[in-house]
Amino acid sequence: MMIAKKISQIQTLIIDGKEVGGRSDETILQVARENDIFIPTLCHLDGLSEYGGCRLCIVHVKGLPRLVPSCTTLVREGMEVTTNSEDIIEYRKGILSLLFAERNHVCSVCVSNGHCELQWLALKLGITHVEFPYIYPKMPVDATHDRFIADHNRCVLCGRCVRVCHEVEGAHTKDVMGRGITSRVITDLMNNWGESNTCTGCGKCVHVCPTGALSEKGKSVAEMEKRRQFLPYLKRMRERS
Amino acid sequence: MNEQQGVGAKGQEDRRIRMVERTMRMYGNEPHALIETLHTIQESYGYIDTDLMRFVSEKLGVPLSKVYGVATFYHFFTLKPQGEHTCVVCTGTACYITGAKNIIDEIGKQYDIKPGETTSDNKLSLLTARCLGACGLAPAVVFDGVVAGKQNPESVNETIRRWFEK
Ligand code: SF4
Ligand code: SF4
Ligand code: FES
Ligand code: FES
Repeated sequence: MMIAKKISQIQTLIIDGKEVGGRSDETILQVARENDIFIPTLCHLDGLSEYGGCRLCIVHVKGLPRLVPSCTTLVREGMEVTTNSEDIIEYRKGILSLLFAERNHVCSVCVSNGHCELQWLALKLGITHVEFPYIYPKMPVDATHDRFIADHNRCVLCGRCVRVCHEVEGAHTKDVMGRGITSRVITDLMNNWGESNTCTGCGKCVHVCPTGALSEKGKSVAEMEKRRQFLPYLKRMRERS
Repeated sequence: MNEQQGVGAKGQEDRRIRMVERTMRMYGNEPHALIETLHTIQESYGYIDTDLMRFVSEKLGVPLSKVYGVATFYHFFTLKPQGEHTCVVCTGTACYITGAKNIIDEIGKQYDIKPGETTSDNKLSLLTARCLGACGLAPAVVFDGVVAGKQNPESVNETIRRWFEK
C-alpha cells in the first residue's frame, strides 16, 4: 500500500509588491530569502527549530491587526506581505536598542568584535545610538569549562545555544531560567559549566551563538569567529537516517 | 537529603518523598508530569531544593536545565531560600486548625518576617507548606529539613532561638 505523503501545495503571494511562490510548509522568511528579500533575524538559524523570540523579523501581513514574526508564519495563498515599511524598521531598531540596553555590550573589548551578529544588525539597520537608559546589570562570567567561556553580559537570550544543544547534540545541558529581566541561560541546575556531567564539550553552542556570550578560551579581542556550516549538514544527515 | 529524622516524627521524610513519587506515578513517570511534580514538592516541602530537582529529572527523564528553568519560571515555586536556617510551617487544614497561624504570627513578631522572607542577617527563612503528610502530628513544623510535630509558638520560638545563639 502506498503511504499517503502530505503534499505541500504551491502558494502564490506578494512580498513587497513582488509576486512570489512558495510551498505551504514554508515560512514568509524562507520564501522572502529565496527571493533575495532581506529580513533581519537573530533567534532564527537555518538548521534549528523556530523560536520566534527576538521579533526582529516582524513583517506586516495585509488584513492582520498586528505585525507577525516572519520566521514562524507560514505563507498562504494570496497573502500580501510588507517587510520593510518605515514603521517596521523603527520597531526593529527599538527591539535592537533594547537588547543593547539590557546587558553590557562593549564591542571594543569583545572577543566577537567584528564577527558579531548583533553588531552587524545594528550597523545594517543604522543604529547610531541607543535611546534607552542602559541597565548595566552585573552579570557573571563562567570560565570554569576547560575550553569555553560563557559571558552573560553579552547574551541576548536568542536561545540558539539551548536549541542546538537539545535538538542537534541531544545533551540539553543548557536552558533558560526565570522570566523577563531575570532570565538567564543556565547549565544544568545553574551549575558551573566546567562541572557539568551532561555537557559533551562539543562546542556547538559556542559556534551558533550570535554574540560574544559564548566563546572559546584563549581568544582575545575580535578573534572569535564562529563556524556554523556543520548545522545544515548535520540536519540533512539526520533526516536521512 | 542529608537530614536525620526529628524526634517523634519518624518516617515523615519518607512520607513527603512518597507524595512526590505518587504524583510522578500518576502521570506514568512521563516528562509531562514535571509541573505537577514540582507542585507536589512545593506543597509538601515548602520549597524546591537541588537534590529533589535532580531526583525528578532522573525519574521523569527531563533534562536538569529544563527542570530548573520550569522551577524558576513560575512564581508559584520557591527555590531553597537564602537563609542559613529554614523554618517551614505547615498550613494544611489539620495544622491550620490546630494553630499554625499563631506559630507564623509569633515568628513574625520575633524576627519581623513574613512567610517567603528571610531575615536581613540571612540567618532565618520562613516558609509555609500545604501539607507535610504528618497531619496526625499537627501542627507540624520543619526545622532545617527535620519534621517536628505537635508544635506551639513557644516550642518553635525555643528551637529558633537556639539557632540564633550559635
Ligand atoms: S558544548 Fe555541546 S553539549 Fe556542551 S553545552 Fe554546548 S552544545 Fe551542549
Ligand atoms: S549564549 Fe549566545 S546563543 Fe545562547 S542565548 Fe545567549 S546569545 Fe543566544
Ligand atoms: S528571527 Fe523571527 S523572531 Fe527571531
Ligand atoms: S496538614 Fe499539616 S501535615 Fe497535613
